[in-house]
Amino acid sequence: MAVTTRRKRASRTRIDWFLVVLRFTALAVIGAGLLAFVAQQIDPANPFARWANPDATGLTGAQFQGLVVAGLSQGAMYGLIALGYSMVYGVLGFINFAHGEVFMVGAMTGMIASNKLADAGAWESNFIGSLTIIVLVAIAASTATAVVMERVAYRPLRGSPYLVALITSIGVSFFLQNVSVVLLGPAAKAYPALPEWLTAKRTPLEIEGTRILVIVVAGVSMAVLWFLVERTRMGRSMRAVAEDKEIAALMGINVDRTIVTTFAVGGAMAGVAGILWGILFRSVIHTTGFLPGIKAFSAAVVGGIGNMGGAMAGGVTLGTAEAVGPLTILEPLGVVGVSQLRDAVAFAVLILVLLIRPSGLFGERLSTEERA
Amino acid sequence: MTAVTDPTARAAGADNPGLGARPVGDQPWRRISGMVAIGALAQMFIALSGMPVGLDDRTIIEPVLSLGYLGLVWLPLLMGYRAGCEPVLEGMPVHAKGRREVVAGALVGIGAGASISILVLLLHNFDLRDPLVNWGPQLAEVLGFGRSPGFAVIIWIAIGAGGGAAAGSLHLVPSPIRRAVIAMAATVIGAAVIERVVTDLAGGLGLGTAADRLYAPRGGLSWPGAVALAAVSGIAAGSGRGRISRTRTRIQTLEGTTRTVTNAALVVAAGLVAVVLPLLVGKITNELLANVGMFVLLALGLNIVVGLAGILDLGYVAFYAVGGYTVAVLTASASPGIAPELPWLAALVGVVVMAVLTGLFIGAPVIRMRGDYLAIVTLGFGEIIRLLFLSDWLSGWFGGAQGITNIPGVQVFGLATVKGTDPRAVLYLVMVFCALAVYVSWRLERSRLGRAWMAIREDESVAEVMGVNTVNAKLLAFVVGAVLGSFSGAIFAAKVGSIFPSSFLILISIIILVVVIFGGMGNVVGVIAGAVVLVGVLGGPRQPGLLQELSEYKLLVYGALLVWMMIQRPEGLVPNVGRNRELHPDEFRQDAWLRGRASCGEHDKGANAADDSEARRR
Repeated sequence: MAVTTRRKRASRTRIDWFLVVLRFTALAVIGAGLLAFVAQQIDPANPFARWANPDATGLTGAQFQGLVVAGLSQGAMYGLIALGYSMVYGVLGFINFAHGEVFMVGAMTGMIASNKLADAGAWESNFIGSLTIIVLVAIAASTATAVVMERVAYRPLRGSPYLVALITSIGVSFFLQNVSVVLLGPAAKAYPALPEWLTAKRTPLEIEGTRILVIVVAGVSMAVLWFLVERTRMGRSMRAVAEDKEIAALMGINVDRTIVTTFAVGGAMAGVAGILWGILFRSVIHTTGFLPGIKAFSAAVVGGIGNMGGAMAGGVTLGTAEAVGPLTILEPLGVVGVSQLRDAVAFAVLILVLLIRPSGLFGERLSTEERA
Repeated sequence: MTAVTDPTARAAGADNPGLGARPVGDQPWRRISGMVAIGALAQMFIALSGMPVGLDDRTIIEPVLSLGYLGLVWLPLLMGYRAGCEPVLEGMPVHAKGRREVVAGALVGIGAGASISILVLLLHNFDLRDPLVNWGPQLAEVLGFGRSPGFAVIIWIAIGAGGGAAAGSLHLVPSPIRRAVIAMAATVIGAAVIERVVTDLAGGLGLGTAADRLYAPRGGLSWPGAVALAAVSGIAAGSGRGRISRTRTRIQTLEGTTRTVTNAALVVAAGLVAVVLPLLVGKITNELLANVGMFVLLALGLNIVVGLAGILDLGYVAFYAVGGYTVAVLTASASPGIAPELPWLAALVGVVVMAVLTGLFIGAPVIRMRGDYLAIVTLGFGEIIRLLFLSDWLSGWFGGAQGITNIPGVQVFGLATVKGTDPRAVLYLVMVFCALAVYVSWRLERSRLGRAWMAIREDESVAEVMGVNTVNAKLLAFVVGAVLGSFSGAIFAAKVGSIFPSSFLILISIIILVVVIFGGMGNVVGVIAGAVVLVGVLGGPRQPGLLQELSEYKLLVYGALLVWMMIQRPEGLVPNVGRNRELHPDEFRQDAWLRGRASCGEHDKGANAADDSEARRR
């Protein structure tokens, strides 16, 4: 609300000037970092490359390519999680903070299922079959979590102020994390080792097979989701409810059921993302959902909340920025221990996006009431 | 405070039946089966979480009830009671309660009991220890009472059915008896929970023998003690109907100087208790109270931001961290960057300056954002600040993961040194700051600024149109909250004597939020009560509470409590009147008769208010 009215105001207050300065400082830092990086790439010995960080060496082509591919595959995962945030925000107008935990549930059940399959020997002998099974198990668990969550925690709050729903979702998130702690223990748990043929780097681009697998799985899920939302009756009612609940109800759409479906579809996508996490990092713990959840929410905002294509694009953008950004912007500026600050960078990206373009790169798609 | 139009609907209930009781078979089967499913799932989860085993050592009543078993029997009781409650539409006839409610309670209770029975059978026949860490012979023994599984199956179903039916039959008895029963249960459990404080205090007052009678030597209430307590509380609750609230109303409606004098007397009495209490209790209780006090301070600060101004700040821990680190850098000799080694009181000036700057720096960018974006961004700031303290990049000033150690205590004008080794002194120090925070909150709430905050909370656009400078008011809320929170951090640094980034997890923000919401957003008394009850009983993120055995599960309880409070009672324990109106908008609408009303909730809740986009616009 305030964001849109600001432009109309004739004079700027002190806070507006502060925000302007903040935006330009941020952009200047990014610009300086990038310039220094480019200078390093051209010639590590030139003075412009060395003014902030004399030890900087720049990146080799292979390193850079590795970072981009890692960023793309992680970004695809963020995109899948972001869909859940975006869809629920589109329909109910609140941030389902616990969506990161739905993702964690998927990763956890995937871990349990894959370890059981590995014990039975199926993981090695029939990896694709096992992968299908664990994806289905994770989808089932995450969908069930999302649906129960909606039914127990959010439905009684339909129509209450957004703050109430948001705080409840924080509680749900906290609760689910600790459910995992008391049921499965607080230690980090590992996925079984992936087969050799998958982890090996493939010519001609020297990309790990796992990365390709992750991108493929994410792409397939996205295609299925697109079909569901754009080409089926269910998807049409989802879009109608997102546009205007009351009119949708008058048109004979069961609003409650559609909202449950939205949660279920978002949950299913988070379940797939959970498995992708397992494949990429092979380790899962009860707090696994927190950071990816925040990053995926940032991705949803970057892409324009409520906008599904935007969520996926935002995820890829954010994932790549997160992988490439620290080494191309902070390292040339002389920040030491850049990898420690990766998460701080992710938060900073969120803050910058909300400061500079809160409606996202591809525009929000919200119903009139939620835009208020 | 309800907009009830039809007086008969309000009075209807066990005391004043409208229509006759319905037959036993006429159950709302969909609802009952839903409750059976939820009860069974929840009961199985409680059992699998390991609570029965972990909490079995803590005795409530010697030798019949331990906390572990209490964790398993409360659910059938509560669900059994809730099964008999049904939403009543105003203007519709209300049926009398009868055997139907008892049967409903028993059915739900059996569901919960049966899930434990199934679990007992599973435990004896399968080994699922691989994913479920609590699966094992210990759990089987506790759930099976150390006997054969067949015996346990029958007992658990009997407990479920009996408990559920008993809870359901509470609908049938007149309300004084119902109140007395609930009071008895609450008093006995409460007395068992606060055992350590009571014995400590009784020792200080020279009443040690009385406490020995009340409590068994190995912990927990003794049989005669429990019976006596139950009798006293039952009689008090049964006879003292509404006496407390009448007294409160009388005090609140006093006029002029009498009111002032009464208020002053109450404040002086509270002050006296605060001064005398630490002298009477021992070190452990003082330590506990000091921890509670630090959370009271944090919660009072967050209350200004969330409760008064309606800004959901999830990164509140940032200010706690800034307070702690400023004191550490300014006072500790081992501070890696600059080490001026100032005395604590001088460093406090630095704390205020830093808190104001951080408050402005975090507040300014977020102040124009939508409320929910603001929440996530403040959460981000909270994490960024912790990650910066942790990073190697700034470890030259803040010591990175090693933190800053050897922080001296507080020198009070050369008279005394307040350090963590002397919890009584820390408690006094904390209480001074709490008193300051209470005074600030109280004065601000009634000031022009406080009214501006509340106007913003209710509706920001309207507040702006009415001439409130919303940006300045919101920034000030951030800054005031930041200063109060940083005081708590400053005390924390002096108390613990060393400071690490891991003391400032985002978890703390969430716990403070639960405390504020549990107590009642926007209400100083409520927030203090919330902190005392929650932090005192469950403990803080690192600090143990009275139920030490619960420490593994306390975060789970905090999460569950937050959800439950938001659904059942978003106004908190001690509601703030204006805030209450905002949280239950549907009750103030013209068409209030469409609103569903639970027939037996203490609170009125729009249970099945239809999708209400009107309220969403807030």
